[in-house]
Formats: sequence, structure tokens, C-alpha cells
Amino acid sequence: MTSVTAAKRPGRPGTPGRRVFGDRAAWFLVLPALLPILILSVGPLLYGIGLAFTDAQSGRTRSTQWIGTLNFQDLLHDTLFWDSFRIGLLWAVGVTVPQFLLALGLALLLNQNLRMRWLARALAIIPWAMPEVVVGIMWRLVYNPDAGILNETIRDLGLGDGRDWLTGLATALPAVILVGIWAGMPQTTVALLAGLQNTPHELHEAAALDGAGAWRRFRTVTWPAIKPIALAISALNLIWNFNSFALVYVLTSGGPGGRTRLPMLFAYEEAFRYGQFGYAAAMGCVMVAVVSVLLAFFLVGRLNGGDEER
Amino acid sequence: MRRGSAGREPAGLRTSGAARAGQYLALLAYLVFLALPFLWLLSTAFKPARELGSLHPTWIPEQPTLDNFRQAFDEQPLLQAAANSLIAAVSAALIAVVIATPMAYVMARHRGRLATAATGWVVVSQAFPFVLVIIPLFLVLKNLHLINTLWGLILVYVVWSLPFALWMLAGYVRAVPAELEEAAAVDGAGRVRTLVSVVTPLLAPGIVATALFAFITAWNEFFFALVLLKTPEKQTLPVVLTHFLGAEGVADLGPLAAAAFLATLPSLVLFAFIQRRITGGMTAGAVRG
Repeated sequence: MTSVTAAKRPGRPGTPGRRVFGDRAAWFLVLPALLPILILSVGPLLYGIGLAFTDAQSGRTRSTQWIGTLNFQDLLHDTLFWDSFRIGLLWAVGVTVPQFLLALGLALLLNQNLRMRWLARALAIIPWAMPEVVVGIMWRLVYNPDAGILNETIRDLGLGDGRDWLTGLATALPAVILVGIWAGMPQTTVALLAGLQNTPHELHEAAALDGAGAWRRFRTVTWPAIKPIALAISALNLIWNFNSFALVYVLTSGGPGGRTRLPMLFAYEEAFRYGQFGYAAAMGCVMVAVVSVLLAFFLVGRLNGGDEER
Repeated sequence: MRRGSAGREPAGLRTSGAARAGQYLALLAYLVFLALPFLWLLSTAFKPARELGSLHPTWIPEQPTLDNFRQAFDEQPLLQAAANSLIAAVSAALIAVVIATPMAYVMARHRGRLATAATGWVVVSQAFPFVLVIIPLFLVLKNLHLINTLWGLILVYVVWSLPFALWMLAGYVRAVPAELEEAAAVDGAGRVRTLVSVVTPLLAPGIVATALFAFITAWNEFFFALVLLKTPEKQTLPVVLTHFLGAEGVADLGPLAAAAFLATLPSLVLFAFIQRRITGGMTAGAVRG
């Protein structure tokens, strides 16, 4: 069986031992994972797209009706949704960009032969391994207007009385963005660090001997080497951040006055507080469309990166 | 960084004193940024109520106490919640690894549309739209009478942890020399024999790391648990933690901090344990794909 299928697929010679088994064996091995994937993620995804075109609601007696694009038309005029959409984009970019720059800085530092490297690596585990709910709780303790350390430090430094960061209309979004940056920095750092460590050391030395300064070496040697990883991790971070929920749910629940209501929080409320399943599904569709664009960017970045590598 | 001759340092070039000092200063700033929020959580967890009410909070508790921990267990069903989290995370991790290993093997070894499609799905699922999935998932699980059960949650966690598990495991399979399998085949071992007695033992460390990562992911998960679990006695630790926050965000800070710290410990310990493997797996994936 193996040899037959292998013979049917000529044209990729030179990889001895790669084609160890045929398609039928492959299907057999894939099935245990494929079935749950189809039933619990691909299926619901399609079902969800279908729901967006219905008036499905929770706890209702009469049956669900197909209403065409009515949900999408309503959504188009739903200023609250577009507010949350705008906040979601602000949040995603506001977290991803500074986080990337900070992570790049840390990765460059950790790539040096510094003494406290191990400590930084050890500390970087904390935000990574913490449940998002705990990260949110922890920062609420930091931001606490009376008993929090942030305001106390501000008072100690004589900069005033501090404020209620998470409930202030102007400060809430920046405050949650800072938490987002903190929470995701380790992953980004580690990814960039791996890219840095794959950079051939000799290139740096050659550039240095040629008289290239630090910035020039970074631009001509370091950046090209880590660019594929940098693009990939940034696009993924944008997507993950745009879809985030738990952190902000715990920090502000979307308040004050919707200033931190990310699209996911909005859709969650719409679906599970007000029971508007169809409408929330339509929101989901719009969000997926946006995420798909980001994903396309990610894939293109990856393909380009792959070409550069070879 | 200044220009210098070929350094003996493993990474980076030789740097001048001033640049070095700047680097240490920057590193210190990072350390403070990373560590302080966590230290504040610890500090709060061990402070007596009197100190928490003080208008001038201090970094180090003057009279450290375990009262907050005791009170946390009194206020919320933490033990039950921890048990629920443990059951959900262990089951999800075991099931995910058992069903992911063969598929990861295909992704790594098979050349064909199936392997390509599987790999493509893993990439796409990284951007998986939870909103769009959770509502239908909720309806499906409701029809199966799996709402407010750990089994429903476990099913979701299995599928949810599959992409990264497949990613990591496929990386580990690639690291096993294919020649070993060929040798086994020449020796007359069948396909299944080869998989079970040649490949799997070599994969064992990778499988363990993947399972631990799946465990941590499930242990930390909040969104699905919030939607699918209704009654307090069924809820997992992250969901129960939010009950400490109260209605208007008024919270009993000490017990809240104590409970939050306890909930973090398992994943922190396990993560420290497998960190190198995770980062290796993650970056290998990010580079190769």
C-alpha cells in the first residue's frame, strides 16, 4: 500500500525516508484528532456563520427565523459596536507596537553577555505562566486608588495624590493597555531572542570590522535576520489582542462608560447577558473578517520570510 | 555598543564601559517592570487587614499573616474550584496529547495534501475567532446536555489546545531521525510496531512537555469556563477568583490576592520546569512553519 501511494506521487525526489507511509495510513492516524476538530471547531464555526443570518435568541419558545442580512444591517448602524470595534483596534495596536519595541530591547539585552540575564529570563516566566485572570487581579491591586502601590509611589514622589486609573474616562484605556503590554512581553521577547540567536555571529564581527556602528549593524545585519519572526509574532499579537477578553473583563469589565469595551466583551454581553445569539454571531463574523485580513498579512509575511531564509 | 575586535563573548560584541553601564541600567528597568506587580501581589496577600486599610501602603508587610489565605478559603469554594480545574486540565491534557501525537506524526513525516491541510489548519486556528465559535458551541453542548459539566469544558479544552500541541509535537517528531524508522522497517517491524516501540519512546520528553503545556493552558483558561459553567460548585479556579471581585468592583483585597497567588502556583511551577522546551517548540514553529 505504501509503495503504491508513494509511486503515485513522484516529483519530490531527494528526500529518502520522508515518504514513510501512504495516504490511507495517514488518514487513520489523523482521524482521532480530526473528528473532534471537525465536530467542535470547524462545525461550530460554520454553524456560527449561519446563526448570523437568523434571529436566534436564548430562552425563547418560538422557533428561530432566517432573516437574511438584517443583523448585519443593524450592526452597520450600531454605534456602540463600532465604538467597541475602534477601541479594539486601538487596544490591539496600542498593546502590540510598544510591546514589540520593549520586547526587542529586552531581547537585544538578553542576547548580550550580561550578569543578570538569568534573572530576567526567570522573571519573564511570571507574566507568561500566570492565568490572565490573575494578571488582571494583580494589576487591580497595583492600580487600587487607596491601597495600590502606583498611587502610593506617586504620592511619595510628590507628584500629587494619584487617581483612580481604571475608572477614569481618560486613563482607563491606557491603564489596561499597559497591563496588556506587560502580560504579553515575554512571548514576544523569547521569539525575538530565538531569532537573534540564529543570527550568525560572524556577520556582526565582519560588519564591525568594516566600521559599521551599532545602529548600522542592527539595520543591516540584525534586523534582516529577525524580520520574518518579528512580522509573524507581531501579526499574531495583533490578532490575539484584538480577540482578547479575560484581562480587560477582570480589570474594568469594559467600563468606564464603555471606554475599554473590547469587541469580545461586547459580543459576550450581547450573547450571554442579553441572549442575542444571532446578533452576536454577526458581530463575530465582522471580527473574523478583520482577523482574516491580519492573518493574510501574517501568511504573506511568513512566505516572504521563508524566501529570505533560503 | 562600540566597535571592537572579535570578542570571546558568546553573543554580542565587546562593549565599552559606558555602554555596558547603560545596558545594565536598561536591564534593571526591565527587571523592575516585570517583577514589581508580582511582588505587590505577594505583599498584599500576606498583609493583615489593618495594613491593607492604611492610606500609606508599604512594600513589606510589617506583620505578615496567613489570615488572608484562611479567609479566602472561607469566602469562596476554592478547594472545589481547584479540584474542578485539576480534573479539567489533566483530562484535557491527556486526551489532547493522545490524539495529537499520531496527527503530529503525519504532519511531520507524511508528504501530501493531508499533511499540508493539517499544518494549514494549525496556522489558521491560531487566529481562531472565539466569538464566532462560542455561541454555536454553547448551543451544541446544550443539546448534548453538557452545559455546566466539566465534560463539556474538557471537550472544548481538548480542541482548543490541539493546534499548539500539534505544532510542538510535529517539531519533536522531525527531530527523530527517519533512518531509525527505516531500520525498524527493514528489521521487519510493522508500521504500528515502529510507531509504538521506536518513535514514541524517543518522543516521550516532548510528549510530556506538550501535555504539561496543555495542562497549563487549560488551568489558566477563563472565557470558555465563564460561558459554559453556571453553578459555583462546577466552576474552575479562574472563574471563582472573579467572585472575589464583588459586584461594584469592591473587593476584599487580602483574600483576593491570597487566592490569586495560590491559583498561579501550579502553572508557575510547571512552566518553570518546561520553559526551555516551550520556547524551543514555539520558536521552531515560528521560524519553520
